[in-house]
Amino acid sequence: MFELTLKGLSDALAARKLSSVEATRFYLGRIQALNPTYNCFVTLDEERSLGEAREADNARAAGRAQPLTGIPIAHKDIFCAKGWLSTCGSKMLSNFVSPYDAHIVQRLNEAGVVTIGKTNMDEFAMGSSNETSWYGPVRNPWSADTVPGGSSGGSAAAVAARLAPGATGTDTGGSIRQPAALTGICGLKPTYGLVSRYGMIAFASSLDQAGPMARTAEDLALLMNGMAGFDERDSTSLDRPAEDYTRELGSGIAGLRIGLPSEFFAEGVSPDVAKAIDAAITQYKAFGCEPVEVTLPNMRLSVPVYYVLAPAEASSNLARYDGVRYGYRTPNYRDLDEMYEKTRAEGFGAEVKRRILIGTYVLSHGYYDAYYLTAQKLRRLIAQDFTRAFERCDVIMGPTSPTTAFRLGEKAGDPLQMYLSDIYTIAVNLAGLPGLSIPCGFDGKGLPVGLQIIGNYFREAQMLNVAHQYQLATDWHLRAPPDVEA
Amino acid sequence: MKWETVIGLEVHAQLNTRSKIFSGASTVFGAPPNSQASAVDIALPGVLPVLNRAAVEKAIRFGLSVGARVNERSIFARKNYFYPDLPKNYQISQYEIPVVSGGSVTVLVGDMEKTVRLTRAHLEEDAGKSLHEDFHGETGIDLNRAGTPLLEIVSEPDMRSSAEAVAYAKALHALVRWIDICDGNMQEGSFRCDANVSVRPTGSSTFGTRCEIKNLNSFRFLERAIDFEVQRQIELIEDGGKVVQETRLYDPDRDETRPMRSKEDAHDYRYFPDPDLLPLAVSPEWLNDVRAKLPELPEAMRERFTRSYAITAYDAGVLTASREVADYFDASASGAAGQVGKLTANWIAGNLSARLNEAGLDITESKVSAQQLRGLVERIADGTISAKIAKDVFDAMWNGDATGADAADKIIESRGLRQISDSGALEQIADQVIAANAQQVADYRGGKEKAFNSLVGQVMKATKGKANPQQVSEILKRKLQ
Repeated sequence: MFELTLKGLSDALAARKLSSVEATRFYLGRIQALNPTYNCFVTLDEERSLGEAREADNARAAGRAQPLTGIPIAHKDIFCAKGWLSTCGSKMLSNFVSPYDAHIVQRLNEAGVVTIGKTNMDEFAMGSSNETSWYGPVRNPWSADTVPGGSSGGSAAAVAARLAPGATGTDTGGSIRQPAALTGICGLKPTYGLVSRYGMIAFASSLDQAGPMARTAEDLALLMNGMAGFDERDSTSLDRPAEDYTRELGSGIAGLRIGLPSEFFAEGVSPDVAKAIDAAITQYKAFGCEPVEVTLPNMRLSVPVYYVLAPAEASSNLARYDGVRYGYRTPNYRDLDEMYEKTRAEGFGAEVKRRILIGTYVLSHGYYDAYYLTAQKLRRLIAQDFTRAFERCDVIMGPTSPTTAFRLGEKAGDPLQMYLSDIYTIAVNLAGLPGLSIPCGFDGKGLPVGLQIIGNYFREAQMLNVAHQYQLATDWHLRAPPDVEA
Repeated sequence: MKWETVIGLEVHAQLNTRSKIFSGASTVFGAPPNSQASAVDIALPGVLPVLNRAAVEKAIRFGLSVGARVNERSIFARKNYFYPDLPKNYQISQYEIPVVSGGSVTVLVGDMEKTVRLTRAHLEEDAGKSLHEDFHGETGIDLNRAGTPLLEIVSEPDMRSSAEAVAYAKALHALVRWIDICDGNMQEGSFRCDANVSVRPTGSSTFGTRCEIKNLNSFRFLERAIDFEVQRQIELIEDGGKVVQETRLYDPDRDETRPMRSKEDAHDYRYFPDPDLLPLAVSPEWLNDVRAKLPELPEAMRERFTRSYAITAYDAGVLTASREVADYFDASASGAAGQVGKLTANWIAGNLSARLNEAGLDITESKVSAQQLRGLVERIADGTISAKIAKDVFDAMWNGDATGADAADKIIESRGLRQISDSGALEQIADQVIAANAQQVADYRGGKEKAFNSLVGQVMKATKGKANPQQVSEILKRKLQ
C-alpha cells in the first residue's frame, strides 16, 4: 500500500483488493508513527475517519462508489470542516470548531473521500517554510532539518511521507507549488475562480485559490474532478460547465510549444535547480516539444506588487479576529480597546502582525495611491506579459522555486530572503493563471527539485497531461524519502 | 452680521428586502437577539458575501425616481474600522463609484418650490446593535440587523433652513415609501438622517466649517438639532470663536447637540475595492425592466392632479405626501369636472383626515370609501345639499348608516336633507324673519354688517339648515335694499 498512488488506491478499492477501512487504518498507523517527527497534522480524529471509511465501504457494497470513494484525504487546516477544529495554524483560531463545511470539503465528502486529518500550515497561510505555524514547524521528510516549504507544508510533507495519498492545499503566492517542489510531490494551483473559496479561511481574497496535492499528475486530475465546480456562495466562482480533468491524459504532446521565459533562468536560481530544470526541458524536447523563448519583463515586479496587495487584503480579512464572537480572547482586559489590543497581540504571530501592519499602511490615507493603486496597475501589466507570452506558446516552464529545501531557521529572521522563495510562483497568482509543480530531480544533497508548468486560463487538463507525459517517462515522482520508507 | 445656514443631509433608508444584502438571513424586525444572524452575518472564518439583487433593484428604483444616473458599473468597497457590532470589522459599502449618481428632489417649502440636488445614493450593509442594559456592566451584541441593506442618499449642501431640510427629508421619506423600497419606520430606525450644518455670512460664496449631526430619527429632532446647531455656531463665531469640524450627537432630552468625535480622531477607513465581490453591473435591459415596473411618481401625479382636477399646487402637494392618500383622491375624483376636484381635495384634507386621526386609522382603512365621498361631493357641487348639511351626511356615512357607492344619496333622501331651492318658500321665510327682527334690520341699514349675518342665520335656522346660504343672502339683500 506504501507504493500505491491515489489512482492505484482507487483501482485497488474498486477491485475490492482492499477496503477503505484498511487503507484508512494503514495511513492512520503511519501518522501515529511519523507525525511526532514531521508534525504534518494538527488535528486527527481516528474514530471519525474510520467511521467515514466504513460508510465508504458500505457505499461501495451498495454499488454507489465513485472514483474517490473511500480514499483518505488530508485537509489543510485553512479549510473549515464541520465539527473539526479549523485553526488556520493560528492561536487565534486554536479553539474554533467550524459549524460548517467549506465548499471543497463538502464536494469531496459527496465524492466519498475519508478525511484523515487536518494539516499544519503557516499561520493564516503567511509563510514559505511552515515555520510561522502556532503548532510549530513541519519538517521535510527528505531531511528533517529542512523546511517543507509553505504555506501548505503540512499537506505537502504528509503526501511526501506517505501519510496520505492526497491532500488539499491553497496557493496565494505559491503555497501549493513551492512546498510541492520542496517535498518532491505534485501540486496544482488552478485558474482563479475554478475552485470555490467558500469556507477557505481568507488570506488575500483576489489571489487565494485552493488546489490538490498528490504524488502524480493523474492523481491531481482525479482530485480536481472532486474539488472544482461553480459555487453560488462565492461571487468570484466561475460558472462553467463541469470538466473531466483526466480527459487529456494520454494525448500526445509532440509539437507542444514550451515557453521558456528568460527571467526564469536568470541569476538567483541555484545551479542544482537550473541543472534539473534543463534536464527536464531536454526530456520534453525528446517528446517532440518545441522550446520557444518568451519574456515576462514585468515579472521582476511581482514580489513587491504581491507584498503590497496581499497584505492590504489580509489586513482587512483578518480584522474579524477580534475576540468578540469566537476564537481566542485575552483573559485579562479593562475595556474594549484593551481587549482588542491584547487579543490580537497575543493571538497572532509575528509574520501575521508584520503583514497586517504593511497592509494597513499601504491602504492608509495619503499612501493608497502610491502603493495600492500602483500595485494594481502593475498587476495588470504582469498579467499582460503572460497574455503576450501565450500568443507564442502553449505552456510556460521553469523552476518552481529558486532553491531546494532550506534549513529550518535559515531564513526565519530575514523576511526579504523568505519572500524571494516565491519569486517564480507569485506572478502566476497575480495573473490568475493555473500553475503546477512536479518533481524533476534532486540537488547534490538529495533534496527534490520542482518543475513549474504554467498554462493559459482553464488549460488545467492540458497542463496535467503535459506533466503526466513526463511522469510516464521518468520516475522522480515515484521516489520516496528514505527516512519514511515502509 | 446676517448669517446664512447651509445644510446637506445624508439619509440612511433601510431597504425592505426579505433577506439581507449579502446573506440569505431574514431582515424582519424584532426577532430574539442573534436569531437572524447567519454564518455570513457573524463573519465566521471563510464565509463570503453574495449580493442580493433585490436590494440593487430597489436602489435602481430610487435612482430612476429622482432622475439620477444609474451607473452601469459600480464598485463595492470595504470601509475598515473596529466596532463590536460590526462583525467583519469592515463595512461593505460603495465608495468611488456608487450605484446612483446625481438626481434631484423638488419640494414645497410653504408656497415656494425648492429643488435639492442629490450627490449620490449608494448601497451598503447595516451594522448590528450593542446592548448596554441587562448584562451587568458588559455589553451584549445583537447581530440581527447586521447585513440589512441600506441605501445612503447624500444631498448637496442645497438647503438654507431647518424648514427646507425637514421638507426635503419628508419628501424623501414619502418617496421611498411611495416606490416601496423602505417602510419608512423611523422608530425602528428604517429611515435615519445625518445633517451636515454650517453657517456663513449672508452673501458669502464659500462654505463655513461644518459639523455633522448623527442619527436623527424624527423630523422634529432634525429640525431642533439644526436650529440648535445653527444658533450655537453663530454665537460661537460672533464671540470670536471658530467652528471645529466634528461629529455631534443630538440629545433630545436637553435639546442640544454635543461633540462625539473631532476630525482629528476621525477614522482612516482605508477604503479599497472588496475583492470578494465583482463590480456591480446594471444592464440597460435591467434598467428598462425596473423602469417599466415603477409606479406614477409624486411629481408626475402632482402635475396631473393640478391639470386634471383644477386643484392648486399646494393641495396637490398635500395629497401626494403619501401614495395611499394620492390613490384615494385619484379614485374619488376620477373623471371629475368643475369644482368636484377641489371639493374632494378639501374634504380629504379636512373632515376625512380629522376623522381618520381621531380613530387612528390609515386612509386605506377609511370608513368612507373614495366612491362614497365622491357621491357626497357631487351633491354639494350640484347644490342638492349645503356644505353644512354635508358634514352631517358624512358623519352618517362614517357611522355606517348607509352602504354602497350611493350612501350619500340614501341618507339625503331618507332624512329629507335636500336643500330648499324653491325661492318662493325662501322668500316667505325671509319676509317673516325681517318682520320679526326689526332691530337687526335697522342696524344693518345703519351700516352694521354683522346684523346682516345674524339675519341670514335666522333664515338658515328656520329652514333647519336646508337653505343655500348664498341664495338666502341674495334674497335678504334684495329685500333690504
